[in-house]
Amino acid sequence: MTTLTLSKAINEGLRKSLEADPKVLIMGEDVGKLGGVFRVTDGLQKDFGESRVVDTPLAESGIVGTAIGLALRGYRPVCEIQFDGFVFPAFDQIVSQLAKQRLRSLGHVKMPVVIRIPCGGGIGAVEHHSESPEVYFVHTAGLRVVACSGPADAFTMIQQAIASDDPVIFFEPKRRYWDKAEVDTTADLAGALPLTSARIVAEGSDATVLSYGPLLRTCVEAAVAAREDGRSLEVIDLRSLSPLDIGTVVGSVRKTGRCVVVHEAPVTAGLGAEIAARVMQECFYHLEAPVMRAAGFSTPYPPSRLEEHYLPDLDRVLDAVDRTFAY
Amino acid sequence: MAVDADGAVTTAPEPASLDRQAGSRVETIQLLTPEGERLEHPDYPLELSTDEVKGLYRDLVLVRRIDTEAIALQRQGELGIWASLLGQEAAQVGSGRALGPRDMAFPTYREHGVAWCRGVDPMKLLELFRGVSHGGWDPAERGFHLYTIVIGAQALHATGYAMGIQRDGLVGEDGEAVIAYFGDGATSQGDVNEAFVFASVFNAPVVFFCQNNQWAISEPLERQSRVPLYQRASGFGFPGIRVDGNDVFACLAVTRRAMQAAREGQGPTFIEAFTYRMGAHTTTDDPTRYRLATELEAWKLKDPLERVKAYLVRTGGADAAFFEAIDAEAAEVGRSVRQGCLAMPDPEPMSIFENIYSEPNALLDAEREQFAAYLDSFEAGEVAR
Repeated sequence: MTTLTLSKAINEGLRKSLEADPKVLIMGEDVGKLGGVFRVTDGLQKDFGESRVVDTPLAESGIVGTAIGLALRGYRPVCEIQFDGFVFPAFDQIVSQLAKQRLRSLGHVKMPVVIRIPCGGGIGAVEHHSESPEVYFVHTAGLRVVACSGPADAFTMIQQAIASDDPVIFFEPKRRYWDKAEVDTTADLAGALPLTSARIVAEGSDATVLSYGPLLRTCVEAAVAAREDGRSLEVIDLRSLSPLDIGTVVGSVRKTGRCVVVHEAPVTAGLGAEIAARVMQECFYHLEAPVMRAAGFSTPYPPSRLEEHYLPDLDRVLDAVDRTFAY
Repeated sequence: MAVDADGAVTTAPEPASLDRQAGSRVETIQLLTPEGERLEHPDYPLELSTDEVKGLYRDLVLVRRIDTEAIALQRQGELGIWASLLGQEAAQVGSGRALGPRDMAFPTYREHGVAWCRGVDPMKLLELFRGVSHGGWDPAERGFHLYTIVIGAQALHATGYAMGIQRDGLVGEDGEAVIAYFGDGATSQGDVNEAFVFASVFNAPVVFFCQNNQWAISEPLERQSRVPLYQRASGFGFPGIRVDGNDVFACLAVTRRAMQAAREGQGPTFIEAFTYRMGAHTTTDDPTRYRLATELEAWKLKDPLERVKAYLVRTGGADAAFFEAIDAEAAEVGRSVRQGCLAMPDPEPMSIFENIYSEPNALLDAEREQFAAYLDSFEAGEVAR
């Protein structure tokens, strides 16, 4: 076991993948000498060379479009989009090209491309640097979408994403990059939780709290606080946003009878809406209350002096939990 | 295009808005005049045997026949839509025949002539336009990627593929290269310009082959550019060449040279094949709403097939029996396309769920089961009745 930050854990996972398969490439803006603006690729170009860790021109569509071409040639590119709000110039290449190659070719073509996106707010940034664009990609068949929340998981999840023959959009909670945890960097991927599985992070019996990425930690803290009020919350890290591990969710909600979904992304048509619909369908007779959502408002991400009001925090999570007990 | 006294240098009749540009005198590489007269160009020597010329003529006739048949099938409701290549046969056959077996082509949705040269079954193209699949062929099998409908997106795929060739160490002697096809409208797209940047800074082995057919649906070239398109390349740092896109010899020679340069590590080339879309943009389009019949008439005189025929006749390379045999073969190809199209079954409903992911997807599996049960409920009902 080694104590690693989230940033370093992903870095170690990338290193493992680069070592294991010469077809793995890293490409993006400033990923080389600089090591990425969050240092996630620190030292990799020095060790693996400029043709495997590629500083690209400043063009997101170009990064993903050329990654598609490299994948067609047998490579496994891992693209870094520098910030969440900069993924949109690459949107067509991701949604209309990357996601569709397999179907377009009737299965002849595989697309082992990973797109890493630092996401979410809470770092006092300017516009376009704090967004949560995950549902645009969840809505697109052909893509897998995952979100890591902490170092240990991130270390294995990035390797699993790279090993997948399907395109994976890999969200990294940027305000948690410097969170530290114990990581077993010698662990075998074979024994790891599958990339498609949710994880029950804290067991509980009174309500289920579902989250992913940056707010997972907030939800765990909320569960600790709720315990002092005599409430036992079950916290689930969804991890895979597409496909959703709905079986784990349903199992928990049938047990607790209450469900709160927590995410930074705007509440309207967010992942919480999809989960609410599925929980309604699968847990109707078990529900004590409607599914509640603690999420970003249906507004653009505000200027950073307002973000503490925009982002769901521990109190807003507990408030949502409280509301499920009002029924 | 006015041909100069020596026949090699021509001055293109630029639209008024282009005349203000410095250097508006444009060289267009031409090796075969519309009258079928052979020209030499010092940079593009081309030795073709009579059989090779006959082979090119056969390609041109057969791809036009496939195109004509497909338009008829659309008119009869057998295809949802068809994007005709009429008028662009020489650009496609010339460039297509310049490729080696290990080269890779990235087409738009109009490259039926290139598909023919690569050996892709025309039925696969019809599948797409009939709505049976989105393409479905194996790109690796023939070195011909899937048709890409979003304008210009494939230029980046081609460039990335070329970057892969570099990483495979296959640039140099016995190297491989990539050709990216797109049209004049696509030169306005960000993706095409980003592809130019990536290809240039990485010196990728890719040739950008732009068929300037003068029209992007209803928009004329001057809505895309104030400079001749091939001149754009210089700003990106690689050579740009204009070739007579209705001259199969010139398209072959120019593409061969550019591909060889790419294979050897000299980086990208931009080729502007100056041609004309003789038909509608697609079968849903009505070009009489936006362009003059006189323009069409002028281009008819530059027909890509007629000039090769004239050359073969002029040089005594082919007799009437040859042309009759080609026409008979074209009729047979037309029949086979028609029969193949009419015999094409619709895909099974459950195939909607196939080839989305390589790995199992529980949510999709659940939808599949639900839909299968729904379909079965009708069959059960019919049996009961």
